Amino acid sequence: METPLTHNISPGREPPDLAQYEKTGGYAALRKALGMAPAEVQAVVKESNLRGRGGAGFPTAQKWSFVPMGDDAPRPKYLVCNADEMEPGTFKDRMLLEGDPHQLIEGIIISAYAIQADVAYVFLRWAYKLAARRMEEAIAEAYLHGYLGKNILGSPYSLEVHLHISAGRYMCGEETALLNALEGRRANPRAKPPYPQVSGLWGKPTIVNNVETLCNIPHIVSQGAEWFKSLSRSDDGGTKLYGVSGRVKNPGLWELPMGTSMREILEEHAGGMCDGYQFRGLLPGGASTDFVTAEHLDLAMDFDSMKKADSRLGTGTMIVLDDKTCPVGMLLNLEHFFAQESCGWCTPCWSGLSWIEQILQDMEEGRGRASDLELLESHARLLGPGHTFCALAPGAAEPLQSGLKYFRDDFERHIHEKRCPWNQA
Amino acid sequence: MLSEQERREIEAHARHYPNNRAVCIEALKIVQQYRGWVSNEGIADVAEALQMKPAELESVATFYNMIFRKPVGKHVILLCDSVSCWIMGYERLREHLGDRLGIRPGQTTADGRFTLLPNVCLGACDHAPVMMVDDAHYQDLDPARIDEILAGYQQGEKKEEEKSTDGNAADS
Repeated sequence: METPLTHNISPGREPPDLAQYEKTGGYAALRKALGMAPAEVQAVVKESNLRGRGGAGFPTAQKWSFVPMGDDAPRPKYLVCNADEMEPGTFKDRMLLEGDPHQLIEGIIISAYAIQADVAYVFLRWAYKLAARRMEEAIAEAYLHGYLGKNILGSPYSLEVHLHISAGRYMCGEETALLNALEGRRANPRAKPPYPQVSGLWGKPTIVNNVETLCNIPHIVSQGAEWFKSLSRSDDGGTKLYGVSGRVKNPGLWELPMGTSMREILEEHAGGMCDGYQFRGLLPGGASTDFVTAEHLDLAMDFDSMKKADSRLGTGTMIVLDDKTCPVGMLLNLEHFFAQESCGWCTPCWSGLSWIEQILQDMEEGRGRASDLELLESHARLLGPGHTFCALAPGAAEPLQSGLKYFRDDFERHIHEKRCPWNQA
Repeated sequence: MLSEQERREIEAHARHYPNNRAVCIEALKIVQQYRGWVSNEGIADVAEALQMKPAELESVATFYNMIFRKPVGKHVILLCDSVSCWIMGYERLREHLGDRLGIRPGQTTADGRFTLLPNVCLGACDHAPVMMVDDAHYQDLDPARIDEILAGYQQGEKKEEEKSTDGNAADS
């Protein structure tokens, strides 16, 4: 089984420096790309069926295709690497940032070349201290060896890359809010259209791609679209970093073929549940994805298959709910997070989420009312897609609506018994 | 007024952006690094340097949770309170830390040594529960491990104090 994204990465070992990275074939893809037309680079990525790994799964080449090209295109154009990994339960981009920074830089340069961007920013969350240090070192090395700056490797193409370390807030991961943060503003989302591809950073064409997405690019360029598709067990090309956290024997992160089943990830890689704990359900791809239960475990973890369980692949890092953990308490934790991280820009989000949090808090503390279930259901509907500026509130509604569906008995017990059945106190 | 060092660092970062405003978050972080937190004076200093209105900068400063608009202790403890850590027993650790330090989340110890803050997912969920103290990450925590970590910081400070009272410390 090929693992292109992690072939240079082993836990506890220093990442390859530039010389070591080159020795294992690094930057060969960049040389190849610089010999191709930007449209040819876009074409091979399109052919590969690479879909964005930040959670939404939008086809990467299609995103790029909206960027104005040619001599008349507005300048400068920007590429932003979204390294603001802050989705609860998600820890995949950190491995790529810490473990092989040059792979990401090479992906950034090739992607920037494909859209003819002049400047790239790596938008990194402040908590990733080691990643910041390693990225800084790797960017400096890349400049020193002519991979960045003016006339890269003697070609006419030039690119500046800057590391921007954020000052917190989950909202910054949302692509238009991220652009506001980069401009030195509050990270509120922007209305779309105009889309960032046309009018993004400082009103110029801008592409925002996730770390894992960009790390795939050098491999697609060097080994081709057919090879990339052959790595996958589904229509979406490539491998995927899958993770598991919660009460399992071996929590962790693995690069596996896209479309590996949840059962395989959970049982073979994560080693199944810890002794004394039973599986009840899981959030497949971070806090803002719908719960799935045991009946869904044979589904492939890819963008389309997960829809069959009314859920999403999201970031591909699962959070497991066990029988000794209260589902209502888990939802309270999740909704507290979303309520706290709401930027306050639109009313359904800031008002609705704190209301939901209060209802769940009351339920946990024995003050639940029979009418609460209906109230929570209506909130989940009203916070769904189309009612808010961005995806934060719809994301918060996903675990809530599915939690109400699968763990209804548990909600009812809280209300009838006027206490949390899991809380012994 | 910004110190010479603060000004130099802000100017170095400003070169990465097409206008001054864009560097304001970095500038706040730089001021915080040297002064421990961002006071009203810090806001005024940065606003003046970047030709922004103080109120405008304040609206940015209060948005980002890692810009401290109140004084914090010498060490800031960020305890992850997101879902994986919650499942793995974050609440027990919060109680334990609170008992050991004699403070609740959001407070600073009377001796000014530690501030305890809850924080969203720190991205090490396979090693939950986790926390950060200043720039260091700590994983797979339990109460005993937390005691060790706190003791380490207390000892570290004792050593620093000894050094600072020892005239030859610079040579050792």
